[in-house]
Amino acid sequence: MSVVRNVELAPPSSRRGLAVLFPGANRWRVPLSVLTLCILPWVLPSQALAVNVLIYGLLAVGYNLLFGYTGLLSFGHAAFFGAGAYATGIAIGTFGVNWFVAMVVGLAVAGFLATIMGMLAIRTRGIYFSMVTLALSQLVYYTALQASSWTGGENGLRGFTVSTLSFPGFSLNFLDPLVKYYAITIVVALALWFVSRALNSPFGAVIEAIRENETRARACGYNVERTKLLSFVLSGILCGLAGTLSAMHLSIVPLDSLHYQTSGLIVMMTLLGGAGSFFGPFIGALAFLLMEDIFSLWTTNWQLIVGVIFILFVLYLPKGIWGTLISWGKGR
Amino acid sequence: MTKGIDKLVQRPISRRTALIGLVGTAGALSMPWIARAQAETIRIGFPTPLTGPFAAEANDQVRSAQLAVKLANDKGGIAGRKVELLVRDDKLNAGEAATRTLELIEKDKVHAVVGALSSAVQLAVNEVTRARNMIYVSISQSDTINEIKDFSPYTFHEALNPTMTTAVVARHSFQKGSKVAYLVADYAYGHEMLTGFKRAAEVIGAETVGEILHPFGAADYSTFIPTILSLNPDILCICNFGRDQANSIKQAVDFGVKDMMKIVVPVILHNQRLAVDPEVFEGVVGGANYYWGLEETVPSAKAFNDVFRAEYKGAIPTDYGAYGYTGVASLLMAIEKAGGTEPQKVIEAMEALKYDVAKGEQFYRKCDHQSVQSVLVLESKAKSDMKSDADLFKIVANEPASESILRSCSELGFKS
Amino acid sequence: MTVQLIAMQLFSGLALGAILIMVALGLSIIFGMLGIVNFAHGALFMVGAYAGLYVAGLTGSFWWALVLAPVLIGLFGMLIERFLIRPLYGRSPDDPLLLTFGLGYVLVEAVRILFGTDGIPFSTPAALRGVVNLGIGFFPLYRLFVIGVVLAVLLLLWLGLERTKFGLIVRAGSADPLIMRVLGVDISKLWLVVFGIGVGITALGGVLAAPMRNVSPEMGTLVLAEAFVVTVIGGMGSLAGAVIAGLIVGVAVSMTSLFAPEMATIVMFALMALILLVRPNGLYGRAAPGL
Repeated sequence: MSVVRNVELAPPSSRRGLAVLFPGANRWRVPLSVLTLCILPWVLPSQALAVNVLIYGLLAVGYNLLFGYTGLLSFGHAAFFGAGAYATGIAIGTFGVNWFVAMVVGLAVAGFLATIMGMLAIRTRGIYFSMVTLALSQLVYYTALQASSWTGGENGLRGFTVSTLSFPGFSLNFLDPLVKYYAITIVVALALWFVSRALNSPFGAVIEAIRENETRARACGYNVERTKLLSFVLSGILCGLAGTLSAMHLSIVPLDSLHYQTSGLIVMMTLLGGAGSFFGPFIGALAFLLMEDIFSLWTTNWQLIVGVIFILFVLYLPKGIWGTLISWGKGR
Repeated sequence: MTKGIDKLVQRPISRRTALIGLVGTAGALSMPWIARAQAETIRIGFPTPLTGPFAAEANDQVRSAQLAVKLANDKGGIAGRKVELLVRDDKLNAGEAATRTLELIEKDKVHAVVGALSSAVQLAVNEVTRARNMIYVSISQSDTINEIKDFSPYTFHEALNPTMTTAVVARHSFQKGSKVAYLVADYAYGHEMLTGFKRAAEVIGAETVGEILHPFGAADYSTFIPTILSLNPDILCICNFGRDQANSIKQAVDFGVKDMMKIVVPVILHNQRLAVDPEVFEGVVGGANYYWGLEETVPSAKAFNDVFRAEYKGAIPTDYGAYGYTGVASLLMAIEKAGGTEPQKVIEAMEALKYDVAKGEQFYRKCDHQSVQSVLVLESKAKSDMKSDADLFKIVANEPASESILRSCSELGFKS
Repeated sequence: MTVQLIAMQLFSGLALGAILIMVALGLSIIFGMLGIVNFAHGALFMVGAYAGLYVAGLTGSFWWALVLAPVLIGLFGMLIERFLIRPLYGRSPDDPLLLTFGLGYVLVEAVRILFGTDGIPFSTPAALRGVVNLGIGFFPLYRLFVIGVVLAVLLLLWLGLERTKFGLIVRAGSADPLIMRVLGVDISKLWLVVFGIGVGITALGGVLAAPMRNVSPEMGTLVLAEAFVVTVIGGMGSLAGAVIAGLIVGVAVSMTSLFAPEMATIVMFALMALILLVRPNGLYGRAAPGL
């Protein structure tokens, strides 16, 4: 039953959708996305919010690779976000390495953790996959809480403020909000380019085949387990990258970044924007953070509004904001 | 003025190195702001957890802080300038607090930040303000913020810290030879409270018979209680906070623990006491920074209660709420003395300040910027002894401000 | 460390296990019969406690609260099924999960608006106060009462499912809804009732927990985690599994409390991860639906 359903209601791939909206858009989707991001700090209420949109957008894009394109609902991606953030912070604060090495360390640790968690989790299916990822990420959360001499425990990790980004020959003042924004945009742009390449590669075709019909993909001779694991790890590394950026942006790592509610937040953002579409997750992060920012100034009961909007999306717009726009474009 | 000049010098350099044309426009756009810097309103950012389990305390903080601002504006402002409080919801989340603080500094161009209601949140705000040379007055308990590792010359800690509260509470509840068992929440703040109590116990000559760590935020404490009972102590010290405290005390009382030993907590909260039946807390002893009943003996407390009642339809200020008042009022007094918001001058004025706005004389110690202040020891009343709904506690002691209950500067890592 | 202490600890563990079963039962029923992961479970538990508070306030009696609150919230659960869950049948199994996740946000915030953000006192009923001497130590009478209620609810559920016609239809419906429809059974009515019962039992858990854990809008957050652990270890959808898992988790937590108390929470998740690695569908679970 559900197999049939999947084919019917699977979110349309943005490649097809965008191609209809603008001929040749597939090739342009990364530059167009980056251009949109470049405008953000000038239209959003604050630059700190704009940086958060970049970071959570990247987080959602990474998550979308697994949830939207491969069809695996993980409830534990906070673990990779937090691991990337903690590893970067510890590398700078405790070991005194420079920011670039620290970022690489953050990616490596997130990737390592994703490999282990992925190998354990892809043995299970359906709802159990969600639960195993949830359980494993809670283990990571409690480990970070206990290892307070490394992580700062409940107080969070501090003492690694990055105030300048030094390059050979010049340096950037990372405390200047606009410099920070565009520096992070460059990293995010590279990540988007990478995701776009991955989706256009045979790997991208196989993960979508697994999402549409796992049995058929297996029958076609694809190694489903290995592809799932690769997708899990790539997704984890991208979320880890978002974590390293978050650590450098906020100059702290809160313990909450590992909590399962952060995982829930990622799912909400991805779904809101449109799972399985290229730019959807960014739209979701933008919509969510903007709603939160505006409503929380206006009322302390902002969660009520956010919750209702989310319910309405699940009921009436399961393709999310971007996914719905794309299917409208296609219908025309 | 120097701050403005600093900005003028700093910005073009970063612009040139940044090599991003857009930044240039941003610098030019912000120029008019620098020009009118001195005449403008004094803006104070106030991050506090308006949503989440401490929303009641946060609302009390906001009301008290707004009262301090209103009083300042009513008498013509501070240093000839109006004062404005910018309240933001930090959701009791350190990441959210850091973002809000960045927003307050970068977008709202605040001159100082006051606030926070948890150890993690204040350390996050401290980290952001420290890197940006921004004055921050922290109004939530923590020992960590006093230590050299997290010290910022721009940060002042107006709240009590666990060392102070536990020292005074132990002095009025432990005796020589008392057998004390500890139930401790396993996180930094819990451990700080435990360390404080044990240090005090050693001086008094009380004996530690056991320490039981419980996971932070546990819902069920029944499995810890058999061990506590088997230790057979005279006093059970419960070192946790907020909901954990209410839950653990309630469940201990269900097991009949209170019939066998005295329960002592480092901090007893007005609003958390209201969330539980009076019988549960009856006889529990704990510390506090403020209790409205102080008005019988302390004139400034009477004055604070009176303006608060007049402003908020007879409501009374609570413990964490009062921090909002003392924190903002002390900062405004220092800005007045400094003649403006120039950070270095404000720091000097804060360090030299002696203030008595709500609870007797207070001052900021020079080395760690900790506010030296009185500590109250309260005992929760039986329902039959309560004269009104707000008559919750009996004041066991009001220990006057003294540096002797603080850790020494050299102990904290400062060279003196 | 005496034998007496260890025995007492073991008993506390079993008692905690009973409470955990109560906490998890509603989640387990709804998943087992309908295949829906109810992420609003914790919030409904909390709403149940508040409903109990409200009814107790109106009638002045804990006993009315114990009976009426679950019924009221069970009816509320039926409304949720009818208007929010039913449109999602036939879509991805992820959709109800996501919807109830959002519903959890809404319920918590609604309670904050209606009852305030502070905790509210909920007294232990006078008849159930005090402690009982078990021979190995003292134990609160109220907790013994909760164990009794849990046993009664389990017995009723078992009888209802195994010994009545309704139970037979429910079991058949959860095994193969399509065949049942072909046979002319109105499946949607059945699911409405089952969802209502699940939510009602969740609310009963909330009322029972109220005198032990303080009533506050956030009390469901931890409950959700506890319920998931128990349900997943037992095997989602297995009543017997939930019972065994609840007891195992209770004893594990209790024994950890004795030897390494600060690990008492982490042990639940470690146990869950471990069991799922050995048995990917939990102790008594069947394969996940939709595959």
